[in-house]
Amino acid sequence: MLQVRIHGRGGQGVVSAAEMLSVAAFLEGKHAQAVPSFGSERMGAPVVSFCRIDDKEIRLREPVLEPDALIIQDPTLFQAIDVFNGLKDDGYLLINTGRSTVELGIENTVAQLPEGHVCTIPATEIALKYVKRPLPNAVLLGALSAITGFIKIESVVDAIQTKFPGKIGDVNIAAARVAYESASTES
Amino acid sequence: MAEAVGLCRPEVICAYPITPQTHIVEDLGVLVKGGQLTDCEFINVESEFAALSVAIGSSAAGARTYTATASQGLLFMAEAVYNASGLGLPIVMTVGNRAIGSPINIWNDQSDSMSMRDAGWIQLFAETNQQAIDVHIQAFKIAEALSMPVMVCVDGFILTHAYEQMDVPDQEQVDHFLPPFEPRQVLDPADPISIGAMVGPEAFTEVRYIAHHKQMQALKVIPQIAEQFKGIFGRDSGGLISTYRADDADTLIVTLGSVIGTISDVIDEMRDKGQKIGAVTIRSFRPFPLDEIYEALKNTRRVVVFEKCLAVGLGGIVASNVRMAHRGLTSPVYAVIGGLGGRPITRASLRELFEKAMIDDLEETTFLDLKQDVVDHEMDREEKFTRPGAIAENVLRQIGVVDVAKTT
Amino acid sequence: MTDQQVKFYQTGTLTAGNRLLDSELRTVQATIDRSNSLDSGHRACQGCGEALGARYAIDAAMRATNNQLIAANATGCLEVFTTPYPESAWRIPWIHSLFGNASAVATGIAAALKVKGENNVRVIAQGGDGGTTDIGFGCLSGMFERNDDVLYICYDNQGYMNTGVQRSSATPGGARTATTMPIGPEPGADFDKGKSVPLIAMAHNIPYVATASVDRLHDLEAKVQKAMSIRGARYLQIFVPCPLGWGFNPASTIQIARMAVESGLFPVFEAEHGEITASTKIRRKVQVEEYLKLQRRFAHVLKNPDQLQKVQNIADSNIRKFGLMSSAGGEE
Repeated sequence: MLQVRIHGRGGQGVVSAAEMLSVAAFLEGKHAQAVPSFGSERMGAPVVSFCRIDDKEIRLREPVLEPDALIIQDPTLFQAIDVFNGLKDDGYLLINTGRSTVELGIENTVAQLPEGHVCTIPATEIALKYVKRPLPNAVLLGALSAITGFIKIESVVDAIQTKFPGKIGDVNIAAARVAYESASTES
Repeated sequence: MAEAVGLCRPEVICAYPITPQTHIVEDLGVLVKGGQLTDCEFINVESEFAALSVAIGSSAAGARTYTATASQGLLFMAEAVYNASGLGLPIVMTVGNRAIGSPINIWNDQSDSMSMRDAGWIQLFAETNQQAIDVHIQAFKIAEALSMPVMVCVDGFILTHAYEQMDVPDQEQVDHFLPPFEPRQVLDPADPISIGAMVGPEAFTEVRYIAHHKQMQALKVIPQIAEQFKGIFGRDSGGLISTYRADDADTLIVTLGSVIGTISDVIDEMRDKGQKIGAVTIRSFRPFPLDEIYEALKNTRRVVVFEKCLAVGLGGIVASNVRMAHRGLTSPVYAVIGGLGGRPITRASLRELFEKAMIDDLEETTFLDLKQDVVDHEMDREEKFTRPGAIAENVLRQIGVVDVAKTT
Repeated sequence: MTDQQVKFYQTGTLTAGNRLLDSELRTVQATIDRSNSLDSGHRACQGCGEALGARYAIDAAMRATNNQLIAANATGCLEVFTTPYPESAWRIPWIHSLFGNASAVATGIAAALKVKGENNVRVIAQGGDGGTTDIGFGCLSGMFERNDDVLYICYDNQGYMNTGVQRSSATPGGARTATTMPIGPEPGADFDKGKSVPLIAMAHNIPYVATASVDRLHDLEAKVQKAMSIRGARYLQIFVPCPLGWGFNPASTIQIARMAVESGLFPVFEAEHGEITASTKIRRKVQVEEYLKLQRRFAHVLKNPDQLQKVQNIADSNIRKFGLMSSAGGEE
């Protein structure tokens, strides 16, 4: 079973990200489960969502305590929450930022992870360019596909189209592909 | 879930928003407005009390009626809950299980449904989202067969907000399974009747006995309808209880709802190590399947009832009910209260709990993952100060939630 | 015999029946084929204004709807004295659910009828003032704002009578009830409290709001008739004196109701979409003392000039606000 945990703030599409990821896995014939973990709906409040992917039925209902991959949609969360809690030794870390891990002050955490398992990508900027809105979620899924291989980029594309049909889906897909290319060349 | 309800061709939907049920009702509203769900009146009511009251009127006038609520909302309509079952109206209501305040808490536990367990509604609990869909479809049929309202209990957030692939039946299958509503009593100018008379001491007992008797009949009807459902849809999604690796188990965990998912994973791990452990999941909590549970428990060495609710001043609610089914047997029944107010139930905690159970190293009642130090500290304050302050706020401060909020 | 135009000086009186009128102008009550929706044999007190008001209103509604009517009733006197198990005095389809939800239940019935295409079957919700102005207020407002196709009839006897005469928000200032006992100089019910649901109903902009009284049957029936000709949320408040609760001779119910209207204390009017369209002029103004002195619940007020003045002020204010005096000054 693969477990992904996504951290962000309300309004950034954290919950949709988990949903799209689960749809992508489903389209590949896998079993998937996406669950949000949130409080009262409020823009800007920390939000966590989980996604599990497996070849067999997923019965587990606990929160994702030991993620195989962590997506940080908002690096300002480092101060507020221990986002890295439980990340596996060989886990993947994907951060939405234009800064380096040193600048973010997390180089120690990062050092523990294997080569190629850490990726920073300015997803919000990419989203603003293609989608014209600061919604980095679809973009980050493109990058996730590149660095982890948990799901294929084509599945991500189809999932985005399913969730956001029409023009909105198209621009998100374009942004996701850009992220995919960028993350692929990095690692 | 909205889709499943829609397939049942409800004629009147009247619900008031409350977390975590909001999107079910919203989705139904869209289906009605968008024209996918025809011949259906969708009413925006001003309170939960109004929601169930509108449902009572609608059902009494012969329309298939649906509503949904949770937690505080269920309590706000409490009077109407008893009224609906007393009047024998086959309303189907989803309860997105959520804790009850005070302290206010929006996360999952089963206190809400439990608060209405004796009101005369049939209470069915879903283990997965697939089951939730299937049980809603069966619920309408059960309700109309017995002329009794049915509560479909679905763990809030854990199930209501989880995204999983599901097999949604098609309209033809559902129509085949669920014929149009034939009311046993109806307000009709062509054949006027009075419904809701005052009943005095001379007849009240008999009327209430009949309600009880009908729930006893439900013990047969529920499995029958589950069988019929399986015949058409191919899934075993109903009935009174389900078991998991229970046959030769020395230790049996009894529970309700979605937590069986996590429990099953732990059971598999422990079985791999040769430990004989299994589970019984109660699907129909009312009527309470005394015989079925007795049969399931009679050969085991010990029973652990895992529940997401609490009888303040007594301990386990489900445990008390299970103990009644267990009467005559000598194996110990341990009550474990867990997951209150949405506290996550982890494999690690369950593993530890089950290991202790298997060596009978459990108290009669255990609160899973209780922070004893926090409790002790607060009880200390209560002793020391004349005005120790509000308990909930004190505990939050202790745990650091309040301070963290101040610094960010 | 040739047709003769005979002047009936007694037309326009408040006499119920008016057997000298043409049959089309007679009241429903005066017709042999009245539905008697609230049939005899119920357990109301002698002289009960509500029993009278309910029969008047429902029979009129039955004629207006061609006997296609369903009623939802709140808990209260009316519900209790009409349905002592195993009997029922109702000849119409009738449901009693709870104290505070009659309007919501009616909303549900109306919705069911709409779905089933039963456009000619109409719905009435009814209850006493307690179930309407207090505990049922939330549901009532909800029904109004949704403009559900329900006529809500409130039988106003100014207190919770069924439970032993307690104060409701419809209880008038000065009145003695079990929870507003006049003690020493303290009045019975407070004067600066209470609410007017007809005015609140008007504030919801619903198609029709009216008040009526059991002392004037033609007017009451006409208003029910009018209400049933309209679709959407409608409200009718009927003044129904309670001999037991108010402390008057059971034979005087009609007289008491007459005096309440003629003193200005119970304004009789109609409104549509929030604007008053008609008000019944006072024929022969009655001083409030004349009205109060017939009821033991106001005994205390009569001994207290201050309180008496307050009651008079209410009457005068109503007369002004609702235009209850005709320009001729009120004497015919």
